Amino acid sequence: MERPLTEHIRKDHRPLTLREYEQTGGYQSVRKALKEMTPASIQSVVKESNLRGRGGAGFSTGLKWSFVPMDAPKPKYLIVNADEMEPGTFKDRLLLESAPHQLIEGMIVSAFALQADTSFIFLRWAYKEAARNIRFAMQEAYDAGYLGVNILGSGFDLEMHMHTGVGRYMCGEETALLNSLEGKRATPRAKPPFPQVSGLFGKPTIVNNVETLSCIPHIINKGADWFQKLSRTSDAGTKLFGVSGKVKHPGLWELPMGITMRELLEEHAGGMQAGLKFRGALPGGASTDFLVTEHLDVKMDYASIAAAGSRLGTGTMIVLDDKTSVVGFVRNLIQFFAQESCGFCTPCREGLPWIEKILRSLEAGDGEQNDLKLLDFHTKYLGPGNTFCALAPGAMEPLQSALKYFRADFEQYIAAELQTLAQGLPAERKQRLITDISKF
Amino acid sequence: MLTLEEVHEIDEAVKVVPYKKAACIEALKIVQEHRRWISDESLKEIAAHLDMSAEELDSVATFYNMIYRKPVGRHIVLLCDSISCWVMGYENIRDAVMQRLEINYGETTRDSRFTLLPNPCLGTCDHAPALMIDHDLYRDVTIDQLDDILNRYT
Ligand SMILES: Cc1cc2nc3c(=O)[nH]c(=O)nc-3n(C[C@H](O)[C@H](O)[C@H](O)COP(=O)(O)O)c2cc1C
Ligand code: SF4
Ligand code: FES
Repeated sequence: MERPLTEHIRKDHRPLTLREYEQTGGYQSVRKALKEMTPASIQSVVKESNLRGRGGAGFSTGLKWSFVPMDAPKPKYLIVNADEMEPGTFKDRLLLESAPHQLIEGMIVSAFALQADTSFIFLRWAYKEAARNIRFAMQEAYDAGYLGVNILGSGFDLEMHMHTGVGRYMCGEETALLNSLEGKRATPRAKPPFPQVSGLFGKPTIVNNVETLSCIPHIINKGADWFQKLSRTSDAGTKLFGVSGKVKHPGLWELPMGITMRELLEEHAGGMQAGLKFRGALPGGASTDFLVTEHLDVKMDYASIAAAGSRLGTGTMIVLDDKTSVVGFVRNLIQFFAQESCGFCTPCREGLPWIEKILRSLEAGDGEQNDLKLLDFHTKYLGPGNTFCALAPGAMEPLQSALKYFRADFEQYIAAELQTLAQGLPAERKQRLITDISKF
Repeated sequence: MLTLEEVHEIDEAVKVVPYKKAACIEALKIVQEHRRWISDESLKEIAAHLDMSAEELDSVATFYNMIYRKPVGRHIVLLCDSISCWVMGYENIRDAVMQRLEINYGETTRDSRFTLLPNPCLGTCDHAPALMIDHDLYRDVTIDQLDDILNRYT
């Protein structure tokens, strides 16, 4: 089984020096791209490879690149989104800490394909070791002439900078990231204009995930067909898959796209810890819908997981076992999203804390009969199209699927006597709730 | 007053961006690195140096949780309170840390040694529960290790 992204990562995760990296074939794709290819031919290989963005949304990388105007005057920006902060996600950390040259190589080739002259790595503050290793690798790349002016005598120039963040999940949302890089609050921007046309400082900008850009050197070296064949399904490539929660061996593995959830859980993560049963899992980070036992044979790729009602997301699975409280699990997630809401739009800013309050009161045994209806109402009210960015709809995914698959877990918290109590709500409040809810 | 060193570092950051204000987050980071936190006075000086109003800079500073607008201790303990760590029982670690340091979230020990803060996912969920102290990451943390870990910081 081929593992292009991780095969040269040492057991102890120490990154390769430039020399060592070159000995494994490193930076060959830069030579090939700059000397034998044109920006257009690179873009078409990437498009044919069927590479989809690994940051969570799974958008075709080739298609995204094609919206960048090629004749625009400089500057033009390429930005790596290394803000990894989706709870339960720990995949980019490995590539950043242990394979910095692979990322830099991918950035150079991608920047050439887009004719970008300036690139940024937007790195999460918490990744201190990654910051050290990237800084070192970047200096090596500058010294060797892979970065800077007239790279390898090709006439192509590229500057690279690293920006370490100062917190907030919203910095990972690509337009909020641009605002943050401009020294503003990390609130999202209206689209259009899309960043490809008007992004950082109003210039054409591409934002891609770390894992996405780390795939590029391999696609250039070995071709679109080879990349497609790495996968077991129609979504190309390998993928970093992770498992956390109460399994025997939590971890991270590079595996073919399209392995089943069962293989990942049982063969790689070693199955559940003794005495615990699998109840469900978020397949790709905190903002994906639960999948349950009946989905264990679903293939982990964008299309198959979507057909099962969830999203591949970041590919890092969080497992729910039968001794962990479902309501507590969802409350923890919602608490995160409520805290990280940027406050820009009302449904998200007001709705998430309200949901958190309801879940807390359920846990405390103070639930009311209307609470479940209110939760249902919020899953629609904060759903796609009703908020300015994808944070709130993302937050609703675990909630709506928990209400669907584990409804009894929520209901058990509402004791019979409390139900009677709820009947006695002031008529006016009751009426208002009913009217609001019936709108959806 | 900003020190010469601070001014020099901020001016280096300004070179990377098209206008001064765009380097304001870098500037906050630089000053915080030297002074541990951003006082009102520091805020005003940074703002003046970057040709922006203190209010505008404060709206940025208070948005980001890693910019401290209140005094903090010599070491910052960041406990992951997100989902995988919750499943793996971080709440026991939290209680044990609070008991040892005799502080709650957001507080600083009387000797200014530690400030304790909750923090979202630290990106090491296969080794939950996790915490960070300053630049150091601790994974698969157990209550037994806590004294040892905390004793490394004076
Ligand atoms: C609230 C929020 C947080 C996000 N955080 C990240 C992140 O940390 N890393 C990332 O690559 N993408 C993140 N994304 C997705 C980005 O907006 C964007 O789709 C992605 O960086 C594009 O790269 P890709 O096409 O290579 O996947 C986030 C999206 C939202 C709505
Ligand atoms: S959905 Fe939430 S995070 Fe996104 S813009 Fe609205 S308030 Fe901000
Ligand atoms: S949830 Fe704690 S490190 Fe990810």
